[in-house]
Amino acid sequence: MNFPPELKYTKDHEWIRVEGSQAVIGITEFAQRELGDIVYVDINTVGEEIKKEDVFGTVEAVKTVSDLFMPISGRIAEFNKSLDTNPELVNSDPYGEGWMVKIDISEAGDLEHLLSAEEYQSQVGA
Amino acid sequence: MKNVALNDIHTDLGAKMVPFAGFNMPVQYAGVNAEHETVRKAVGVFDVSHMGEFILKGEGALDLIQKVTSNDASRLFDGKIQYSCLPNEEGGIVDDLLVYRIDEKTYMLVVNASNIEKDLNWISKYNTFGVDIKDISDRTSLLAVQGPKAAEALQSLTDIDLSAMEYYTFKKGTFAGVDNVLISATGYTGAGGFELYFDNEHAEEIWNKIFEAGESFGIKPIGLAARDTLRLEMGFCLYGNDIDDSTSPLEAGLGWITKFTKDFVNSQNLAAQKENGVSRKLIGFEMVDRGIPRHDYEIVDSEGNNIGKVTSGTQSPSLQRAVGLGYVSKDFAKEGTEIFINIRDKKVKAKVVKFPFK
Repeated sequence: MNFPPELKYTKDHEWIRVEGSQAVIGITEFAQRELGDIVYVDINTVGEEIKKEDVFGTVEAVKTVSDLFMPISGRIAEFNKSLDTNPELVNSDPYGEGWMVKIDISEAGDLEHLLSAEEYQSQVGA
Repeated sequence: MKNVALNDIHTDLGAKMVPFAGFNMPVQYAGVNAEHETVRKAVGVFDVSHMGEFILKGEGALDLIQKVTSNDASRLFDGKIQYSCLPNEEGGIVDDLLVYRIDEKTYMLVVNASNIEKDLNWISKYNTFGVDIKDISDRTSLLAVQGPKAAEALQSLTDIDLSAMEYYTFKKGTFAGVDNVLISATGYTGAGGFELYFDNEHAEEIWNKIFEAGESFGIKPIGLAARDTLRLEMGFCLYGNDIDDSTSPLEAGLGWITKFTKDFVNSQNLAAQKENGVSRKLIGFEMVDRGIPRHDYEIVDSEGNNIGKVTSGTQSPSLQRAVGLGYVSKDFAKEGTEIFINIRDKKVKAKVVKFPFK
């Protein structure tokens, strides 16, 4: 399984990529495999300030519903609208076209507590 | 946790195994959407060996079945199958099941895996007819071969003319070189096909021969996840979701298997319920606005008042729409009625539709 080394990870299976004062968030390849065919990404928190580890949305597979958790505190700046029509992008390209939100980072210090690719990989045993 | 006879085969095929009704069961192989499509368009094989089978034998077998089940089993003939349920004494359902008439004095009942012990105790409780009841679940494997190409894919394995078999009939015969296989023209997918019952010792051999014979028809293994989406598109009830100890067969739309031509457990109360009308009904609905209904979500009216509960829901792989089943007060049960599903504290619009969902 692929866990790009330039990303940071959470125990809840999100990844985050820092781009200046912003960051991009999605779910990991492990997560999308566990969920199976993703049919709906329900995120309606754009514009909201959300604290680290709080729920910013929901991802639904055919059989399951899972909450999405903020890796770090921030304001949801943008939702990946192509997921509205093509939620399966999360399955096919979890680190690329399947990204979920862009956020404005409010606490850069939060980044220090995230997992490296290696740490995450050993956590999921992949 | 029990394993089915084919456990190693499923693991080798890369199935995701999950605990279900006390068994490790394959829930998914290639992915639920792809598996669902395989069954709708070609043919797929489900291992549903977790299901329970009882053999009822004796002079009083029919009397016992008539007493505990709601459908009229006197209408069965040798080789005929009937869908039925076991009503409880409080207005609910102990289980739903299939009744196979093997001969005049011998019947097979096929029950849900999670209810094997419960059903056995329940039926035994009413056995004042001296019927010999044998639970053969642990030694019986069951494969459901489902899809429009099922008959063609399996025909080379048996002399029985599969395409000539009528829905809800069965034959016993030689299949894949194994004697005494019970071939049943039934299924839980609405896609047509067969269910094959045989002893565990033949499971691997039969599985392998099915896949050899079916290869050119695109046969694939299918998990329980797709079994659920397939049955839900048809509006088939799932025990534990859509029917249970508290739902009456009449509320569940199972009036067609509740026959008051005979006396059975709780038949008087159910007859009165039929006479007076039910206060809630199981309905099918599809989402109008975006959202996916799930088991136990609340159903509300336009003002937010509770009118019922979702019992099953999913994004339908064939229709690419979100559909569900649920109970609503009878005033909201009419086709076309606007209802709302409470999804994460949001009222999402849906409408009552007929099933099978189209």
